[in-house]
Amino acid sequence: MVKWSRFNIASIVFGFAFLYLPIVLLVIFSFNESKLVTVWAGFSTKWYAQLLHNQALLDAAWVTVRVGLISATVATVLGTLAALAMTRYTRFRGRMLFSGMIYAPLVMPEVITGLSMLLLFVAIGLDRGFWTLTLAHITFTMCFVAVVVQSRLLSFDRSIEEAAMDLGATPVATFLQVTLPVIAPAVFSGWVLAFTLSLDDLVISNFTSGPGATTLPMKIYSQVRLGVTPEINAVCTILIGIVAMGVLIASVVSRRREIQRVKDEQTAFAL
Amino acid sequence: MKSLGSIRRSFAPWADATAVPFIAVKNVTKKFGDFVAVDNLSLNIYPREFFALLGASGCGKSTLLRMLAGFEQPTSGEIVLDGQSLAGIPPYRRPVNMMFQSYALFPHMTVENNIAFGLKQDGMPKPQIAERVDQMLRLVKLDKFAKRKPHQLSGGQRQRVALARSLAKRPKVLLLDEPLGALDKKLREETQFELMDLQQQLGLTFVVVTHDQEEAMTMADRIAVMAHGKVIQVATPPEIYEAPNSRFVADFIGDVNIFDGTVTSAGNGTVDIATEAGFSVRVASSEPPAAGTKAGLAIRPEKIRVGRDKPACAPLNAAEGEIWDIGYLGDMTIFHVRLKDGKVIKASSMNAVRAVEDPLGYDQQVWVSFDENAGVLLKD
Repeated sequence: MVKWSRFNIASIVFGFAFLYLPIVLLVIFSFNESKLVTVWAGFSTKWYAQLLHNQALLDAAWVTVRVGLISATVATVLGTLAALAMTRYTRFRGRMLFSGMIYAPLVMPEVITGLSMLLLFVAIGLDRGFWTLTLAHITFTMCFVAVVVQSRLLSFDRSIEEAAMDLGATPVATFLQVTLPVIAPAVFSGWVLAFTLSLDDLVISNFTSGPGATTLPMKIYSQVRLGVTPEINAVCTILIGIVAMGVLIASVVSRRREIQRVKDEQTAFAL
Repeated sequence: MKSLGSIRRSFAPWADATAVPFIAVKNVTKKFGDFVAVDNLSLNIYPREFFALLGASGCGKSTLLRMLAGFEQPTSGEIVLDGQSLAGIPPYRRPVNMMFQSYALFPHMTVENNIAFGLKQDGMPKPQIAERVDQMLRLVKLDKFAKRKPHQLSGGQRQRVALARSLAKRPKVLLLDEPLGALDKKLREETQFELMDLQQQLGLTFVVVTHDQEEAMTMADRIAVMAHGKVIQVATPPEIYEAPNSRFVADFIGDVNIFDGTVTSAGNGTVDIATEAGFSVRVASSEPPAAGTKAGLAIRPEKIRVGRDKPACAPLNAAEGEIWDIGYLGDMTIFHVRLKDGKVIKASSMNAVRAVEDPLGYDQQVWVSFDENAGVLLKD
């Protein structure tokens, strides 16, 4: 066992405090009896109950989920196709430029992305609302999917696709029966990433959404400007719970798979 | 029933002028940019032949195989299979199947689904697929592993799944890309013979790519030795070994000593060469080159005798030297003998008896000698 020095213990405590203290405070105060956010007046879950009656918040949540589902799905399809093209056709002219352009939105300031999309929608006369919001989310999450899928494809053994074609599978059949099932985990994580990014986006949504299409982050942000209420804390706690649950499930699943794989390999060599 | 041996012995369609080749590669060239991978290559492969493409990496053998499979298209030239040109036919419509070097098993499918994959693509009815899969599993002795995934198998088992999968559709030709490359030595030797038996049983044409000359010599009916995108020699293993047509083939296959020199006289089916090593050799040759031309003699180590006594044929086909190195391999011993001019030649002798009285030792003065028909004349 390595002995823990005081310095290391202190580093860890400070590090975690820095990361999680604000979140812990928020969760604690979501169970506050008092309406005053900073004064503790006993445990209560009444703010959670009240949430169910806050139609505006529920509407915003519903918009957020719909935008997230649609944009993540479309972005996953487009991003996967882009990643395939990037890894398969390594020799076409202007490939460097093209791949750079795929990655650019990752580092592009969101304000610029949001503003440019707003200008585009105005220029082509598209009324801002649910669909412009969804389009914008597809645009900025697609490149994340492309990056995730591309990194999987780089280690993909292309000879299994050749084997499939050799055995009589057409290119389409090969993609559906061999390529897609093998890269499915990466495609799925790309989808989860896109969904999460869409879920918590505020800046781009602010630029591209219109009346009747307010997302949860937008709603929370606008309410906070009028003062933080325990109700907001409750919403945020639920969001944190959902995200934490997702991360937990994903890691448990991948851990189980890893253990299973190691076990399988051991049985293979023990024969 | 005829034994496999008698079938093999009498099998020589390439010697029959009326035999129709099953695969005809006609003046095929393949370029990747400026790099010429296959250079105006022509080959005939006959039905039921076990044909090996042998060469160092980068010689174009894999490219040729990939053109047969349809993964690459020839830049020029044509490949004809069973009378039908393969030009423009995609891999999924060719009656050939390939066993990949990496095996390329589908990681998300069980062994039986891997084997059934090709049959499903053809739309074969389910009961027939099941029957065929069972048959293939028995053929490669993997019946107990049908429900396993590839990562639950050992290397040798994966190799057999790959083989079963590529044979399941009963292709006219099976292409094998370094089929035994990933196996350890012992398993490789066993599998070589299994592959040969399988090929005979099924009566298929096999084209195997390998860089392992022992593998090619053991398995193949004929070997094409390739270099720089060209075929240097196509012949049966004994011909390749005993009668190489060039310095390259002589040097590439097995161990060889090459003596360069000038032809001094020729006639009566033999040629005399004054070698640069300082002694004269006489070698049998049906088409002797003219006196004064440069020529070489290639001679295998096992055809050189090493002894203390001056041989009767000296000074022809004999030279004095000292033992420089001894390699004891168990079944045989390899001597490195340093001649007077400094050239080191290799000679090997079988250890047919368990103990020799007074064996040859380091630094001893010895004579090396060989017969007139022991070597091959290399004309350059």
